[in-house]
Amino acid sequence: MRRPWLSLAAAAAALLATAAPTLACGGLIGPNGAVNLLRTTTFAGYHDGVEHYVTAFEFAGGGGAFGSIVPLPDVPTNVERGGDWTLQRLVRETDPAPEAAFFAVGAADSAREAEVLLETTIDALDITILRGGGDEVGLWAKNHGFRLPPDAPEVLDFYADRSPIFMAAAFDADAAAERGQAIGDGTPVHLTIPTDNPWVPLRILALGKQASETVEADVYLLTDERPALLPKAGAFGESDGLILDHSASASDGLLADLRSDAGMGWVPTGAWLTKIVVDAPADAIDFDLAIDATGAGKPSTVDAGYAPFRPTNHAPRSPIALYLLAAAVLVVLVPVALERAARGTGRPPLAGA
Amino acid sequence: MSRALRTAIAVALLGVATVAGGCAPAAMRVTIRIHYSAFDPTEIAVPRGVPVTFVLVNEDPIDHEWLIGDEAFHERHRHGTHEAHGAVPNEVTVPALETVETTITFVDPGPVQYICHLPGHEEYGMVGTVTVGG
Repeated sequence: MRRPWLSLAAAAAALLATAAPTLACGGLIGPNGAVNLLRTTTFAGYHDGVEHYVTAFEFAGGGGAFGSIVPLPDVPTNVERGGDWTLQRLVRETDPAPEAAFFAVGAADSAREAEVLLETTIDALDITILRGGGDEVGLWAKNHGFRLPPDAPEVLDFYADRSPIFMAAAFDADAAAERGQAIGDGTPVHLTIPTDNPWVPLRILALGKQASETVEADVYLLTDERPALLPKAGAFGESDGLILDHSASASDGLLADLRSDAGMGWVPTGAWLTKIVVDAPADAIDFDLAIDATGAGKPSTVDAGYAPFRPTNHAPRSPIALYLLAAAVLVVLVPVALERAARGTGRPPLAGA
Repeated sequence: MSRALRTAIAVALLGVATVAGGCAPAAMRVTIRIHYSAFDPTEIAVPRGVPVTFVLVNEDPIDHEWLIGDEAFHERHRHGTHEAHGAVPNEVTVPALETVETTITFVDPGPVQYICHLPGHEEYGMVGTVTVGG
């Protein structure tokens, strides 16, 4: 099964500025403490066993380097520049105040180091796909100039136990300035990830945050059928946790708009749109969002982070293709509140990219 | 020098060494593990006037600090700008996934705290106490 990560370009822009950065990754802070990446936005779409993961990074000025890290479900086969309006369009679909959302874009050594699987540069972003355990990925980050927050060792292990694949994104503000990038300009990144293990990383949004700080994000899912989720939205009540904000068949107009964005031709002609709002204290976000888009109604407790991962010698799960022939899952993570806060205070967005 | 005399001198020296050793305080080793940005243990009792070697085992993939001193000392380091420590026994940087040893002889009795002063680490709970006996 693969994770559907759809990037809502339009939404992304808005989100980028606010919550996007949080969503995408775990916070990595440049050695000089400068925060050049105001926010990033992440979008995940799942269709035919392939996850399309889009995250955006927004230039917030300053110099030096800043970056973030994103847990991935599997090894990407392609990393390219993402489309321009997917995230924004999703926000407009579910947000009663479309203009605001639509134009807020500015928003976005040793042998023990992790193995580098892929390196590429997109605009002023240096993207590296890594494979390794929590220690190996953490050491790679440290040796490449990032300062991880104190909760990073535990959080990296939390993800590496299930999938040892991570994306590290380093934003070179000096290069951005040389390229003429203005503050608020976002750089969307689109990863194509064949996988049979769709889940949405939520715990990473709390990385580097004080326990009482609020984690806010929007998660969009696009699937052929109404998905089964774990935890269920509303599990923490309407004011503290996960809120089911939207659940309905995706409109033809939305699907057509998404499909017309760069790299989004995979969007199916029919799908179910779900929007989950994350709004909870950082210390309450110790789980991920598991998705069962197969119709079986059994999201994985392991994928949600509720049960420890235990490698087995069992035969691999049925190819998602069997399920995905009809299923398309689109997941969009849109961090919102954090970005708003960061926008207002200028503090470094700790969310990893 | 005759063999008998050499033997007598050796025995005498051994006796002196034994007496001296019996009077001198025994050195002490304490291992502190750092895992998931937490010290273990966080409460340690040591005698006064005895060299104590702290073995700091950092199991994390990020750097940590182990700074021990009174409140004024910690207040200075909360606002310090040192990239790394190491030249002073009570100010130690423990690189990621490495082990560092430092030896300290405590003179004054009472509790002293050890803290990691890297940004956010103290707030995360990287604090422990050494209680020096009277």
